[in-house]
Amino acid sequence: MERRYTKIQSGFYRFLPVRLLLSALLFLLTFSAISAGEEIPSKEQKFNPGELIMHHIGDSHECHIYGKEGGKFPYRLSIPLPVIIYSGQRGLNVFSSSHFHHGHKTYRGYKLEDNKVVAVNEMSEADAHETPVNAELTAGLWDISITKNVVTLFFSCTLMLWLFISIAKAYTKTVNAAPKGKQSFMEPIILFIRDEVAKPSIGPKFEKYVPWLLTVFFFILINNLLGLVPLFPGGTNLTGNIAITMFLAIITLVIVTFTANGSYWRHIFAMPGIPIGVLIILTPIEILGFVLRPFVLMIRLFANIMAGHIIALSFFSLIFIFGEMSTGLGYGVSLVSILFTVFMGFLELLVAFIQAYVFALLSAMYFGAAIEEHHKGEPDIHQTA
Amino acid sequence: MSSLILLDAVASGTNIGIGYGIAGLGAGLAAVGAGIGIGRIGGSALEAMARQPELMNDLRANMILTAALVEGAAFFAMVIGLLVIFMK
Repeated sequence: MERRYTKIQSGFYRFLPVRLLLSALLFLLTFSAISAGEEIPSKEQKFNPGELIMHHIGDSHECHIYGKEGGKFPYRLSIPLPVIIYSGQRGLNVFSSSHFHHGHKTYRGYKLEDNKVVAVNEMSEADAHETPVNAELTAGLWDISITKNVVTLFFSCTLMLWLFISIAKAYTKTVNAAPKGKQSFMEPIILFIRDEVAKPSIGPKFEKYVPWLLTVFFFILINNLLGLVPLFPGGTNLTGNIAITMFLAIITLVIVTFTANGSYWRHIFAMPGIPIGVLIILTPIEILGFVLRPFVLMIRLFANIMAGHIIALSFFSLIFIFGEMSTGLGYGVSLVSILFTVFMGFLELLVAFIQAYVFALLSAMYFGAAIEEHHKGEPDIHQTA
Repeated sequence: MSSLILLDAVASGTNIGIGYGIAGLGAGLAAVGAGIGIGRIGGSALEAMARQPELMNDLRANMILTAALVEGAAFFAMVIGLLVIFMK
């Protein structure tokens, strides 16, 4: 049987598929400038970079796909999301955020201020800028709306569920067969987490922690990568939201609390072999350290991802800041700015992987420290005599 | 001389925002700390790679991990700087 193609080793066609993919990626990355920026304004509206950055980093009650404020379809496209508010006095209110008219109108006694829903006394529709805020009602509001971050969270969770459930089914259908397709892509990564992260850090009883480590690694990785893609439903800053990272860190803390053995607690509250005078100072520090380590996990992930987004958006804003001074300067700066942004994009890609790995590794190390056994007869480093 | 200018600015109520300036200074100090820490990590990692080239992959992985941990500390200061600017 003759070969239908030969492997090309040199010349123009070397590494052609990889080169084509890289060029396509670079080309697509430059379009993220368009999704982030606004046109050079023809009216007297000054470009406010801080506002642009905050709008992209923060949460909002609509999925803004393209276009600037005040435009109509097809110059602007944004999907209004449902607002779900529960208040003790007013009950549950569910309505579309388009009733707020981007913060210009009140609706059913609520209005939008700084992208947050606050309560007002006016029950009918009125101009939002005239009505004062009812502070005590606002304090008792439960805002469980579907916001932009929630939509991305649903999307990424659906993606993960589809991916991993289909991989797991493929393993159960053909046991002991060679993996193919999605399996062969994911298997090295999953085995890496199990063999290089979980087993060395946790020790012999590592298997019951592997599900959480895999979940947290892929959740952080997929959401970081989604934040880099400029198209809907990516491009939202989910892992750069401190509520999400706080939740992940709290679960790590809960797992450590419930699976730690007696020796771990004894080392925190009354470390053996320390005189009582030093213990009085040491025990509060140890308790603080117990809470502080997941807290640092949370801050590390949050700050890394948010800082990456802020830097990329700042480089884009440079184009429009210089463009306001003179159009030619704007075009000139745009070349440099786009090159910098592509470079920052690659750096953010590296950070996406590293932060997911570091979170999983540190969680594994905390689990390992929690279930570590001190056998009798082995030298205990805490014994002084 | 410069302290007199600063005092005058704060006292006369001009909208200079001393807090913003000091927040910027804090974030800059965080960058200095991160630079020194990661520079030392990279330096010793490169030195070790030069002495024993067969350990290059292990050393690279550990270097990146330790750099991420040191960066975490620097990010604390950055977050506090952002809090100063964006919280009222």
